Amino acid sequence: MELFTNQVLAGIATGAIYACMALAVVMIYQAIDHLNFAQGEMAMFSTFISWQLMQWGVPYWGAFIITLAFSFVAGIAIERILFKPLAKAPVLTNVAGFIALFAIINSSAGLIWDFTIKQYPTPFGSAPFLGSQLISTHQAGMIGVTVLLLLGLYFFFQYTRIGLAMRAAASVPESARLVGINTSWMIALGWGMATAIGAIAGMLIAPVVFLEPNMMGGVLIYGFAAAVLGGLTSPFGAVVGGFLVGIFENLAGTYIPGVGNELKLPIALALIISVLVVKPAGLFGRHIVKRV
Amino acid sequence: MFGRTIRAAALAAAVISLASGGALAQKKYDTGATDTEIKVGNLMPYSGPGSAYGVIGQVEAAYFKMINDKGGINGRKVNFISYDDAYSPPKAVEQTRKLVESDEVLLMFDPLGTANNTAIQKYLTSKKVPQLFVAAGATKFNDPKNFPWTTGWQPSYQSEARAYAKYILKEKPNAKVAVFFQNDDLGKDYLKGLKDKLGARIIAEESYETTEPTIDTHIVKLKASGADTLVNISSPKFAAQAIKKIAEIDWKPLHILSNVSSSIGSVIKPAGFENAQGVVSATYLKDPSDPQWDNDPGMKEFQSFLAKYYPEGNKRDILLITGYALAETLAQTLKQCGDDLTRENVMKQAANLKDWRTEALLPGIYMNTSPTDFAPISQLRLMRLSGEKWELFGDVINGDTDD
Repeated sequence: MELFTNQVLAGIATGAIYACMALAVVMIYQAIDHLNFAQGEMAMFSTFISWQLMQWGVPYWGAFIITLAFSFVAGIAIERILFKPLAKAPVLTNVAGFIALFAIINSSAGLIWDFTIKQYPTPFGSAPFLGSQLISTHQAGMIGVTVLLLLGLYFFFQYTRIGLAMRAAASVPESARLVGINTSWMIALGWGMATAIGAIAGMLIAPVVFLEPNMMGGVLIYGFAAAVLGGLTSPFGAVVGGFLVGIFENLAGTYIPGVGNELKLPIALALIISVLVVKPAGLFGRHIVKRV
Repeated sequence: MFGRTIRAAALAAAVISLASGGALAQKKYDTGATDTEIKVGNLMPYSGPGSAYGVIGQVEAAYFKMINDKGGINGRKVNFISYDDAYSPPKAVEQTRKLVESDEVLLMFDPLGTANNTAIQKYLTSKKVPQLFVAAGATKFNDPKNFPWTTGWQPSYQSEARAYAKYILKEKPNAKVAVFFQNDDLGKDYLKGLKDKLGARIIAEESYETTEPTIDTHIVKLKASGADTLVNISSPKFAAQAIKKIAEIDWKPLHILSNVSSSIGSVIKPAGFENAQGVVSATYLKDPSDPQWDNDPGMKEFQSFLAKYYPEGNKRDILLITGYALAETLAQTLKQCGDDLTRENVMKQAANLKDWRTEALLPGIYMNTSPTDFAPISQLRLMRLSGEKWELFGDVINGDTDD
């Protein structure tokens, strides 16, 4: 029983990582209707920027805010320069673009900051949280930030004009354009926000997995699994999906005989496929789609 | 009848002695060696994910430049030809072919990486080209029977694992051992060495894949097994995660960390010094970042070599002294070859290092090879993390003997 509780708690802690990433994945999907394979690398690069700022003596929160601003602008720039010209291109062209971006960002980060791991600070400390040795204050803080982020996004999309415009531009671009929404800039805005959320995810994940150019490789796949499970159109679903994937992965690895540790990554991939086959909208996706 | 036999025998003896005497006096060469030059081929990851190791090739080149400035080896200059393999096995094969067939090197020296050395081993064996002192710890590179043209250099993973096992048996005869290992050649090699010696004392094994974002769940499981000793065979990033997680969940096992991940700068420091106190590992080289060697004559010689021939190198980097020691080992082998620079004799001499050492090795550690043992270094010393550095303790342990 203790092992069970421990594995669930450890799963929640890892799940927070996936949830953060899934949130960024869903944001970009909302804006452009594609999964961005370079999302993880963009988050990693943002995290390196903040690390570099801190190396130069900028305090944590200063670096945090500068990095968010930088990421927001960089996200918009990437959309304007790289993906706006590809807007009418087939999906595969876009996918090729994403993969190119992935390779370019990964190698550039390696070139600039090399491939050794770096320690990354946490604003929450890493003492045990509420006496539990399995969740540290950092991981608790991470869960808190994820929830705050989620609430923020909810209000943004539900109650602000620009949020509403973004949703409209993503789901029915033709009609949105007819009512005077600049859909092209809404997409760019979506990129900017997704990149900024990715940066937050990166800065929260880095203290756990250590900062290095390949830190997001595995995380992004689990983030995809979480987003698909929760529903690609629902930020709330993505977060719930993240925690579920984290717990499910640990329990399957511990209790299903024959699955074991070798198959942890395939579990995530199997999850993506089964959800897409059985319930393509994910656990929470359908509801949102109806409202729009 | 008897006289004729004697005469025939005498004649035969004369012919043989003439032939062998002639050979002794005459210099013997294979492709890649002449009166003035020995061509040595090498592969290094100067680009790509392993590019941090590229400095090993650069320091080796610097070493041979020094040797050549001093007149070479037995009067022959070493022509060190080093290509980039980008840490990629297919590229390593391509570059090796180029070195052997177009540059016509006498031997391949110190290609880096287990995968790359495995990829080129078959080709070099079929061409009968020596593959000397590979920079990889896999035990399979010491297999004279099946691969008579390949030798290892550093202590193999199994030797290292057996050294830890010996320590555990001595310090904690009733230890309950948990093993955390990377699920690949590296981890399995270590695991075999541990199992050879510890057997049933290993009560839990957990493997991880390098694709996993964090390894927290494995550490939680290992703690739950009730083990009091942990052997941690992970690559740097995961080793740092493990050290941190173990401290976070307040688990206090005797923590043994593989040499692969013992770097202060890239593992211990990111994991936090306070989390790593008392961790035990093993080593065989003098670490230039450790101030205890600052006044050591061998270290001083190394530093003055760096200052003159490789001033841009980081003089505290243990990779540099590794390359230096490797190059010294090759120089010794070629010196032993004398004027018989055939590939066969090169292998014979590489398998004939007897109690030889370079000052880059820790005191008390010697290199030994024989026709049945192609592993030059089998000895290690244990070290324990104290403060911000490793402190050596205990005697030299031989990982290949049964004592």
